[in-house]
Amino acid sequence: MSDPITRPVVGTPRESVDPAAVEEKREGTLPRGLDRLGERKRARLEQLAQATADKGGVSLVRDAFRRLRRNPTAIVGASIVALFILVAIFAPLLAPHDPAQRFDELTKNLTVDNIPGASSEFPLGSDPLGRDFLSRMIHGSRQTLFVGVLATLIGLALGVLIGAIAGAFGGWVDNILMRFTDVMLALPALLLAISLVAMASRSSQWTVILAVAIVNVPIFARLLRGSMLAQRESDHVLAARALGVKQGSIVLRHMLPNAMTAVIVQATLTLSTAILEAASLSFLGLGDPDINRAEWGLMLGVDGQRYFEVRPELAYYPAVAIIVVALGFTLLGEGMREAIDPKSRR
Amino acid sequence: MSLLDVRDLSVVFQRRGERPFTAVDKVSFSVEPGQTVGLVGESGCGKSVTSLAIMGLLPRRGNKVTGEVNFDGADLLKLRPDDMRDRRGRDIGMIFQDPLSSLNPVVPIGTQVAEVLERHRGMDRKAAMKESRELLDAVGIPDPMRRLKEYPHQISGGMRQRALIAIALACKPRLLIADEPTTALDVTIQAQILTLLKQLVDETGTALIMITHDLGVVAGLCDTVNVLYGGKVVERAARHELFARPRHPYTHGLLSSVPRLDSPRGERLHAIRGSVADNIPWVEGCAFAPRCDNVVDACLEGTPPLDPTATGGDLRCNNPVSEEVAVP
Repeated sequence: MSDPITRPVVGTPRESVDPAAVEEKREGTLPRGLDRLGERKRARLEQLAQATADKGGVSLVRDAFRRLRRNPTAIVGASIVALFILVAIFAPLLAPHDPAQRFDELTKNLTVDNIPGASSEFPLGSDPLGRDFLSRMIHGSRQTLFVGVLATLIGLALGVLIGAIAGAFGGWVDNILMRFTDVMLALPALLLAISLVAMASRSSQWTVILAVAIVNVPIFARLLRGSMLAQRESDHVLAARALGVKQGSIVLRHMLPNAMTAVIVQATLTLSTAILEAASLSFLGLGDPDINRAEWGLMLGVDGQRYFEVRPELAYYPAVAIIVVALGFTLLGEGMREAIDPKSRR
Repeated sequence: MSLLDVRDLSVVFQRRGERPFTAVDKVSFSVEPGQTVGLVGESGCGKSVTSLAIMGLLPRRGNKVTGEVNFDGADLLKLRPDDMRDRRGRDIGMIFQDPLSSLNPVVPIGTQVAEVLERHRGMDRKAAMKESRELLDAVGIPDPMRRLKEYPHQISGGMRQRALIAIALACKPRLLIADEPTTALDVTIQAQILTLLKQLVDETGTALIMITHDLGVVAGLCDTVNVLYGGKVVERAARHELFARPRHPYTHGLLSSVPRLDSPRGERLHAIRGSVADNIPWVEGCAFAPRCDNVVDACLEGTPPLDPTATGGDLRCNNPVSEEVAVP
């Protein structure tokens, strides 16, 4: 330390406000005459440390949530989604009638060119089979939510599995899995979904859910694989390897949690496309064959289309409902992307 | 016997269709137990690659590592990957340059310290957390109980580096490799971290390899210094010897380019002319020749040998700076 060269760098003044500096003082590196001054300074530093102590930081999640709350589009999206979920949960309480029941008041006026419109008892009128249209709309939200969420979750689970394996192992495993996802991505989503549903011997809502889920698998897999590969090169993974952490823990504890943010955001966005795809399949008559089940896509496709000239509302209401809900999820997803994704942070 | 003995370590990066690049070229040095050895040089001279090669952390593909790294009677380069993994963190610790990116951003500090203890010392979570608290306390992190639960982005840069030191020293390794541990910190914190490292190394008897481009760090900490240039050791000397009488023109240039408070006012700062890009391959002569003030004809005829000097060091130079010329 006696060399003149060290003076500018190592012999730096120790008036740092960092509370950690206090520790340095105890090591007796301070010149003797300054001991008492150091004592006073230490007391002052501890006081400062006390003052700032309970402020604490905010966690990443809370930080992102705060940003989300300040974003008006995200608020609109979240409100739509919340309303939609509430309607779906409380559908039996909200719906004035049984959605499957045919009412005599409605069927008696029902002809090929006349479908009863709104009345005090049936606010949105009748559907082509004499059932209460409003109740069917409300119950349809359950079906939409169920199919959308389940399809997304299954797609997410499979996609994360494939993406994590590809990103963690790299090499030929990655190559095989990614060529497989390339094949799936090469086909247009809806076409792929239609072929998958067509392959099933008997269509049910589960075939729709599975088809929509599988269509979304390659998107999740690609996304996660990409961020896993980026994580593999990151400093903290290198640091973990330098500590001898086992490969399994590195993948599960160091790479996967850091790679998941993009995938979670994508899941919100996928919810809206899943809802649209499920509705499209029903619209094309590839969905659930049960005519008593209320489903927006089916209502739009079968009833809405056939009786469009008689009562266009039969098409309008389900169409608007599908659009608004899909928009809600998209806005929320975009908001979340902005809040979580560090690259779009301002 | 030396704790670590690196013999003719070479790392060649090779990509298909490209000319192989020799990042580290037959580097040899040894570290005695409890000793602090510096690896000094500018960016791209092979310091970090040397440390990664010792740790076995270079990517499996695209490079060729040759030579020997004898640690505790075993050649680390020949160990099976599983055995090497057991040694990393337990026998050899490592500290990296950027404390923020070297910590896992989604895991609390305490868990990250505990992870190593669980891995290498077989502790359960509770015991590991207790030990983590003591470790954080030992590296001078105030209020360690609270810090245990905090995330890396919530604490300051100096504290992050302290946490990393705590993690690296958690299993009391016999060798610690510090790869530019102070580069990402501001000067006041740098001094604190260096003091802390010195203190911990002295207390635990851990040997330290200090990789740095900062001569101030070397001066304050290292017993022996290896100066690297273009992947080769060009000068090795004890600390005082090196600072008092640098023999290699490169070392001399490095020392003269440090700004000093006691130099006359108005004096221009000395700089080594050219840049690393001017290097010539070692096979054709001394890589430093194009930038050297002392260059002679012999410098362009093959690699100069690394010869022992009268003062107990080694020197790779045809026309060294004379011993009488002190640092200006």
